[in-house]
Amino acid sequence: MSVWVAVIATGLGCYALKLGGLVTPQRLLDDPRVRRFTELVPVALLTALIAVQALADGRTLEFDAARMAGLGAAVAALLLRAPFLVVLVVAAGVAAGLRLLGL
Amino acid sequence: MSVTETEEVGAPDEGARTSAAVRDGLGVGIAVGMSGLAFGAAAVTAGLTVAQACVLSLLAFTGASQFALAGVIGGGGGLVAGSVGAVLLGGRNALYGMRLADTLRVRGWRRLLTAHAVIDETTAVATAQHGRSAARAGFYTTAISLYLVWNGTTLLGAAGAARLGDPEAIGLDVLGPAAFLALLWPRLTAGRSEVRIALAAATIALAATPLLPPGVPVMLAAVAALPALIRRTEPA
Repeated sequence: MSVWVAVIATGLGCYALKLGGLVTPQRLLDDPRVRRFTELVPVALLTALIAVQALADGRTLEFDAARMAGLGAAVAALLLRAPFLVVLVVAAGVAAGLRLLGL
Repeated sequence: MSVTETEEVGAPDEGARTSAAVRDGLGVGIAVGMSGLAFGAAAVTAGLTVAQACVLSLLAFTGASQFALAGVIGGGGGLVAGSVGAVLLGGRNALYGMRLADTLRVRGWRRLLTAHAVIDETTAVATAQHGRSAARAGFYTTAISLYLVWNGTTLLGAAGAARLGDPEAIGLDVLGPAAFLALLWPRLTAGRSEVRIALAAATIALAATPLLPPGVPVMLAAVAALPALIRRTEPA
C-alpha cells in the first residue's frame, strides 16, 4: 500500500467516525442516563488527553519538568481567573523560559 | 432560530455569552492551530511528502490520528496497521458527535460539512459555553479558525521542516494541554462528580499508556463516565 493510499484511507476513516456520532438516532440519546453519559464523556476524554499529553511520550511515561511547570503556571493563572489567552501565554512562556535556562 | 427551554428568551447577556464563545473559539483555533507546525515538520521528517502532509491535515483534520500515522510511517511500521490505528484514535470523535448532535441540530449537507469539525478542540469550546446559541457560536468559530490555521501551519511546518527549530523550545507542547485544561476548568470547579470522573479518567489513561498503543488509553478513559449509565438519574 502506498503512503498516498494510507493518507486518504486515514482521512476517510476519521471522517466516517465523526459523522457516525453526529447521525446517531436521537431517540437513542433521549434516555436521561445516556444523555448524562454523553454529557460526561468529553470531561473524561479531555482530562485523559491532558494527562497523556502532559506525562506520556508514545508508550513511555515521562516527567518533563519544564512542561509540568508550564501546566502548573496555567493552573495558577486559572486560579487567579486570568483570561484564556493569558493562561496559554503564561503556560508556554514558563516552559520555554525554563528550557532556555537549560532545565 | 429556535430557543430551547434551557435558554431564556432574549436574555440580556446572550450577546455577551456569544462574544465570549467567539473569543474562546478564536483563542483555541489560533493557539492550538499553531501545533500544525509541529505536525508538518514531524510528517516530513517521518518521510511523507509536503503534499501528503497537507492532504492528511485537510482530510483527517484530527491531530492525534495524524501524528499517529506519521509516527508509524517514520518508524517503518506497516501502513495498514498504521492507518487502522490512526482511525481508531479518531473513535472519540464519534462520542463527541453523540454529545454535540442535539446542540448543533444540523441536517443535510450542513451536517456533512459540520461532521468534519467534530474534534477535541471544538467539543471543548462548545461544551464550555452556557446556552445553545453560544455553544454553536463557539463550535463554528473554533472549527473555522482551527481549520485555517492548522492547514496553513501544516504547510509551513512541512515546507520548512529542515529550518524549523525544536517546537518544544518555544513551549508549543504545553499549548494543547493548557488549552484543554482552561476550557474544562469551569466544569472541574463546579461539580464533585465531574472531578471524580476527571481523576478516574486521567488515572486510567496513564495506567494504560505503557500497555496499549498510543491513542487507545484516551479512548479507554471514556469508561470513567460509565457510572452515569448505571446510576439512577441525578439532579443535573
